[in-house]
Amino acid sequence: MDPMPPAAHTRPRFSATFDPYTISEIQRAAATGIYDIRGGGSKRRLPHFDDLLFLGASISRYPLEGYRERCGTDVVLGTRFAKTPIRLRIPVTIAGMSFGALSAQAKEALGRGATAAGTSTTTGDGGMTREERGHSKTLVYQVLPSRYGMNPDDLRAADAVEIVVGQGAKPGGGGMLLGQKISARVAEMRDLPEGIDQRSACRHPDWTGPDDLEIKIEEIREITDWEKPIYVKVGASRPYYDTALAVKAGADVVVLDGMQGGTAATQEIFIEHVGLPILASIRPAVQALQDLGMHRKVQLVVSGGIRNGADVAKALALGADAVAIGTAALIALGDNDPRLEAEYEKLGTTAGAYDDWHEGRDPAGITTQDPALAARLDPVKAGRRLANYLAVLTLEAQTIARACGKSHLHNLEPEDLVALTIEAAAMARVPLAGTDWIPGRSSF
Amino acid sequence: MPVVDLAATSRRALNAMLHALPPDTNETHWQVANPEGGHAIAAGLDAPVTVEIRGHVGYYCGGMNKRATIVVDGNAGTGVAENMMSGEIRVKGDASQSAGATGRGGLLVIEGSAAARCGISMKGIDIVVKGSIGPMSAFMAQRGNLVVFGDAGETLGDSIYEARLFVRGAVKSLGADCVEKAMGAEERGLLAGLLQRAGLYGAASPDEFRLYGSARRLYHFHVDNADAY
Repeated sequence: MDPMPPAAHTRPRFSATFDPYTISEIQRAAATGIYDIRGGGSKRRLPHFDDLLFLGASISRYPLEGYRERCGTDVVLGTRFAKTPIRLRIPVTIAGMSFGALSAQAKEALGRGATAAGTSTTTGDGGMTREERGHSKTLVYQVLPSRYGMNPDDLRAADAVEIVVGQGAKPGGGGMLLGQKISARVAEMRDLPEGIDQRSACRHPDWTGPDDLEIKIEEIREITDWEKPIYVKVGASRPYYDTALAVKAGADVVVLDGMQGGTAATQEIFIEHVGLPILASIRPAVQALQDLGMHRKVQLVVSGGIRNGADVAKALALGADAVAIGTAALIALGDNDPRLEAEYEKLGTTAGAYDDWHEGRDPAGITTQDPALAARLDPVKAGRRLANYLAVLTLEAQTIARACGKSHLHNLEPEDLVALTIEAAAMARVPLAGTDWIPGRSSF
Repeated sequence: MPVVDLAATSRRALNAMLHALPPDTNETHWQVANPEGGHAIAAGLDAPVTVEIRGHVGYYCGGMNKRATIVVDGNAGTGVAENMMSGEIRVKGDASQSAGATGRGGLLVIEGSAAARCGISMKGIDIVVKGSIGPMSAFMAQRGNLVVFGDAGETLGDSIYEARLFVRGAVKSLGADCVEKAMGAEERGLLAGLLQRAGLYGAASPDEFRLYGSARRLYHFHVDNADAY
């Protein structure tokens, strides 16, 4: 029989529903019997700060001279009740990341970089390390459901305390640190057997609900003699009500983490399908503060996908007082460096996509407890890279603010913004570009 | 002996006075009157002093205690001795939920009963309860010892790590990965020592207790254990 001429063949057609990645995940699940675990935040395309634009100055707005006229960047956090609020030179902080998830060298580098840039860093779900305290001028100490390493001495040694209710990558979920990373030091700090797969609780062990949280905050204030600002961190899911309840409970600062915010390890399905993008979360949180008469009295720190100075400026224009970065800070330290491509390939991945942080085999020495790999990260050089990056974020945000005629980053406002998409306009509550239309707020 | 009347002095003032005590203070015995169920009374102490509280206390009494001995002559609210590091806290009445939560050291004695989640996420504390304990007690208990003269509620020791649970009465049910273990001479000696420290030696024989701990089947994830997660 004659072979069918090529034109008669249908070309292979991939399903939009069962795309190649989806098929590979079904096959992997069938072969292994375990869900996919990874680090980082949501990787799917989401409405984000890229969907917003600044209008800049024109006849009706007067710009400031770049490089000559001052544009302030400082921020004070914790002005509500704390005797000693946090004073930062820039409104970009380092988010909580645990020793255990990160190497001691990485924690030291974060402290060095943040200190050089005049900002704070934050502990994580594993207690406070001497490396981090020693190299962080301003350190925020997290109180998490697990309470690993929790002790009153570290609480008092911190500059602020952050009660973590949730995080953007997994609102409602607990922590996870697999056995490869439970080294002797990590195990000792967490009071756990070495090498086990650690599962952290998702709920605090000694309080339930906002009324209890208020009493818990009182206790921490008593133990620290009312000196330290107390932050409450929530994953973005119900930002209006969570912000209002955190304020009611007595928080000095609310930290709101969108679903692009990273985690050391959790289920891929959790990361991609639970929570809100940060763009959709800031305005409801600001609205809650405004409704309570607490905007700028209780400070709002937002995180989840902050990459450049435009993102910083947009977050502040929408009403935040500061932002926090995690994933971007790790990249600045050296994570996903293309120069390590050969090693990423050996791990079955590629630079730019590496997210198996839970396996502890990070060739950059950041998300690992392997002494040989961790020794690859020079905390001094990595800290310098982070300080450089933080300086660039600040300069970029200042550039935009001056173009909008603002003498301080906090003078940016929603009126400086428009949206490129209807979705972003609705979420950010700014007009669709070229129109006066804010979906859900005004008629077209 | 300093006596602080919380009807006339604020909790803040009391805690500030106690926090300011130097390590070699000779004011080693304090009394607190009229606590009226107040929260965070004697929280965050770090001195070898004794504080007697005459009445009921609210949440987090003695929270994160180090070195101090605190006696509550009444009932205690949620989270008594939460995250205690060292020292001793004794509740002469009953304790509400989450007694001794995440405690890392020291001794908590509850002469009455304790409600749900007693010893939740305990990390080295020793807890002795003369009465019974509520459900979900010793959830994710990591280290330390929990001794219960009475009964234990549902799902005792769910997802337990290396803590040891001694119960004299009935256990309504055990949580995931918690099993009964044989009591050897070492455990009997340990239990006798705990009873001694709690001032309850002779109140019961170690032989009357049964020991529960981790089967260690959930220490590493395995899909065949999915129904236990």
